[in-house]
Amino acid sequence: MISALHLSGVTLERGGRVLVAGLSARVAAGEALAVTGANGAGKTSLLRAIAGLLRLSAGEIVFEGVADAGEARRRGSHLLGHLDGLKTARTALDELLFQARWSGADESAAVAAAERLGLSRQLALEVRRLSAGQRRRLALARLVSAPRALWLLDEPLAPLDAAGRGLMGEIMGEHLARGGLLVAAVHDPLPVAARTLEIGG
Amino acid sequence: MNPLLALFRREISVAWGRGGGPLLAVGFLAAATTLFPLALGPAPGPLAAVAAGIAWVVLALATLLTLDRLFERDFEDGALDLLALGAPPLEAVCAIKCLASWLVNGAPLALAAPLAAIALGEPPRAAPLIFLAALLGGLAFAFVGGTGAALGLGSRRGGLLTAVIVLPLLVPPVIFGAAAIADFAIGLDWARGLSLLAAYALGAVGLTPFAMAGACRNALG
Repeated sequence: MISALHLSGVTLERGGRVLVAGLSARVAAGEALAVTGANGAGKTSLLRAIAGLLRLSAGEIVFEGVADAGEARRRGSHLLGHLDGLKTARTALDELLFQARWSGADESAAVAAAERLGLSRQLALEVRRLSAGQRRRLALARLVSAPRALWLLDEPLAPLDAAGRGLMGEIMGEHLARGGLLVAAVHDPLPVAARTLEIGG
Repeated sequence: MNPLLALFRREISVAWGRGGGPLLAVGFLAAATTLFPLALGPAPGPLAAVAAGIAWVVLALATLLTLDRLFERDFEDGALDLLALGAPPLEAVCAIKCLASWLVNGAPLALAAPLAAIALGEPPRAAPLIFLAALLGGLAFAFVGGTGAALGLGSRRGGLLTAVIVLPLLVPPVIFGAAAIADFAIGLDWARGLSLLAAYALGAVGLTPFAMAGACRNALG
């Protein structure tokens, strides 16, 4: 279980341009960090770097409480990017079950999560028939059904309606209460108490 | 359920629909095979002499077409992030994607290949050998082609790039497979060509997942 996420002196470059220089931050279990900044400031890149998809130019990312960073990323964290990773030609149920199994959740937990997210009537539909908000809810089901300590969320609220945002706040609150960590790139305030980290500019 | 088994089942279902699925690949094989008698003339003599070679080249091209978007869709819709961050290693993910593509597209093509070769003038008794060679060759094509598809990730003309990268690597299996069939037709020992083809296919299965995973990581980062 990850007890804290520690960024020290993190520097990120994309295409020769320095996005983030010498960034340090610490997120402990039960804490949420809202990463804000203008479009193109490097919020997504920072989340992808924490997930291990992007190499750091300098600095270090440490997952306290877990010996191996690779293990912490593979089994201890969820990344939800602005793309939902759903196959449009498959049914919502097929994609839900695949994402849940891939993340190590069992099927009944995945279906229960989808029901909680208000998708019980959409599961038989092809993903292409779902709205952007419904797709985001479907992608969130794996976070709810496969408990992992660190959530890395890129604009998690963007396509959601008011009820969806309320539900998301509830789900994030439960995650933090269980000792989870949350780092989210956002423009609007998170629906849970969070520290803000402004990058870029 | 094991994550890799879940991935395998998803890949089978996705491969069934990607690029029109196996029927379209078999249709391409049939159409391309039909072009050769039209271009070379209908006399059975010269056609029979090159039948094995033509059948192989067409098989390689048909396989290549099915691999065009093996990684591209997952890259574009964000699923590759999920696959790269799962508990199983990315190398296993790549191998499973190629294996599923081989089963969904390569196996039907291997069933169709003897028909195409016989239509071009190969003796019907060569059909079992052609099927076996096409099955093994398809395995090599799938893994080598998958490597090209991974290297072409994110480029604007990925399909063409994949073909340019992959075609030179298909030279050995094309030579081994066509040689086995040609040797069989004239009564020589066909096992040599088939063994070399099997060796190449196994080598591709063992080695290319590392290259594919590296190329995917590079495209994601």
